[in-house]
Amino acid sequence: MRAAFFRTVMEIAEHDERIMLVTGDLGFGVVEPFAQRFPERFVNVGVAEQNLIGVSAGLAMCGRIVFAYSIGNFPTLRCLEQIRNDVCYHRAAVKIVAVGGGFAYGALGATHHATEDLAVMRALPEMVVVAPGDPVETEHATRAVAVHPGPCYLRLGRAGEPVVHRSAVSFRLGQALSLRDGDALTLITTGGLLETAVRVADRLSARGVEARVLSMHTLRPLDEEAVLAAARETRMIVTLEEHSIIGGLGSAVADVLARRGDGRIRFFPMGIPSAFALHAGSQDYLRREYGLSPDSVLRSIEEHLQ
Amino acid sequence: MATLRSADVGRMKALALRIRRHVLTMTHQAKSSHVGSSLSMADLLAALYGGVLRVDAARPDWPDRDRFLLSKGHGAAALYAGLAEAGFFPPAWLERYYQDGSVLAGHVTHTGVPGVDVSTGALGHGLSIGCGMALAGKRDGRPFRVFVLLSDGECDEGSTWEAVLFAPHHRLDNLVAIVDYNKIQSLGTVAEVLDLHPLAAKWEAFGWAVREIDGHDVDHIVRSLQDIPFQPGRPSCIVAHTVKGKGVSFMEGKLLWHYRAPDADELARALAELEGRP
Repeated sequence: MRAAFFRTVMEIAEHDERIMLVTGDLGFGVVEPFAQRFPERFVNVGVAEQNLIGVSAGLAMCGRIVFAYSIGNFPTLRCLEQIRNDVCYHRAAVKIVAVGGGFAYGALGATHHATEDLAVMRALPEMVVVAPGDPVETEHATRAVAVHPGPCYLRLGRAGEPVVHRSAVSFRLGQALSLRDGDALTLITTGGLLETAVRVADRLSARGVEARVLSMHTLRPLDEEAVLAAARETRMIVTLEEHSIIGGLGSAVADVLARRGDGRIRFFPMGIPSAFALHAGSQDYLRREYGLSPDSVLRSIEEHLQ
Repeated sequence: MATLRSADVGRMKALALRIRRHVLTMTHQAKSSHVGSSLSMADLLAALYGGVLRVDAARPDWPDRDRFLLSKGHGAAALYAGLAEAGFFPPAWLERYYQDGSVLAGHVTHTGVPGVDVSTGALGHGLSIGCGMALAGKRDGRPFRVFVLLSDGECDEGSTWEAVLFAPHHRLDNLVAIVDYNKIQSLGTVAEVLDLHPLAAKWEAFGWAVREIDGHDVDHIVRSLQDIPFQPGRPSCIVAHTVKGKGVSFMEGKLLWHYRAPDADELARALAELEGRP
């Protein structure tokens, strides 16, 4: 996803001179091409996330479209008040980009686990929250947030995620993408667990259980109609996210079902318990630890189906 | 800016008096806080809105306008008074300051208020935004300048110092930071709470061109602001030594008036003192 993001930013910057890239001293090996191609549109503010967001807001107030780049929780939690007041309140065209969503930096320890970012960003007025599911969605999302006039949060995984979308997609912010269809259940996922969801659906299909798979790449505004259609047309909804079970995709879907659903749908949110990981580990290790590997997701769904 | 004459300074002094009068009346009517903080910056605002700032009340969105950010957003009453006096909106709006349904909130608010670019109120935000604006101006080759007025209290904020580091590195000589150094913060004097001394030396050490002035001497304020940038290639900092509550003897230097609003009797005494009546 990281490569897709930087490749796309380079492309749109060629055609739109308002585009800037501002980093909080992160992105070794990936920001250099932009910095060399567009030196006047690149700024490294140093290790100073509050200033990263404040400077980005000031640039945006003078007509720039600013991608503010960092990793993990640094560009969100460290500078939350600057995001709320300086960016969101002023509807500034600042696109906050975090690489390392969920357990992407698992082995670096719990300080680097971005597991509450979606909840926090989703609560902010004016903020569009996007967590693409693969490099294809990342490219589309990068273009879409650049065009959107206000604040956006783009949560990426890291490098090397597989392409899940094998054919062209019609991507719009706030509109879920359907990858499989079925009526036994709907698997709704956000971010890098999209591949897991598709693999689980394919294994269910092999056993005669057809699942709908929705990539809910935009968490705010949420595609409520897609959730309600899933509640009407399938027999169970399972949400899958590499994020705390509090405040992310599961909470957003539960909110829609409680407010607008008919109360009959079975609903199972899967995510990370609201607790700090006690062990270091790779992303795959930590996913297994928290029941988010394909095997354990499949097992949980089969239990729920019985 | 063309050189200002003594008549202009006289006009600015009269403007400062009107700002003080508005501030006292507004905080009295609203029963709102921060009258002392508004009075300490009245002369600075009068110089800025009385002729230093290149702004046009008829075109608040003019792209090449100088930007003014009141980072100490709790001085809102004084800023609104200055904007009304400069013609950005009718002075009658000031009567609705802090009232239910008013656009003029107790901290600087941009929504629906002509002449305000940036809302503030949480401390330590303004200088970073000002850095971004100044950087955009530099890289676009635009002529506007960016003025950020800070409180001394917000020099406690780490974010302020992130921005203080940033501006000289990027040679933002179109950026001016003015510190309203009234030496009283929320729970006591600056010296007691978290000492900033030597404040000018700190900014200097970070790479700013610094001047210390009497923040109530309009002539001195204007002469300094006319010398911007103090040094080409460096951002300018004015450490303005001021008195909290300046102009009303019973408010001057008193922490109480960070919170308290003048009652009817105090308002009458304060206004009489401003007019020079016994």
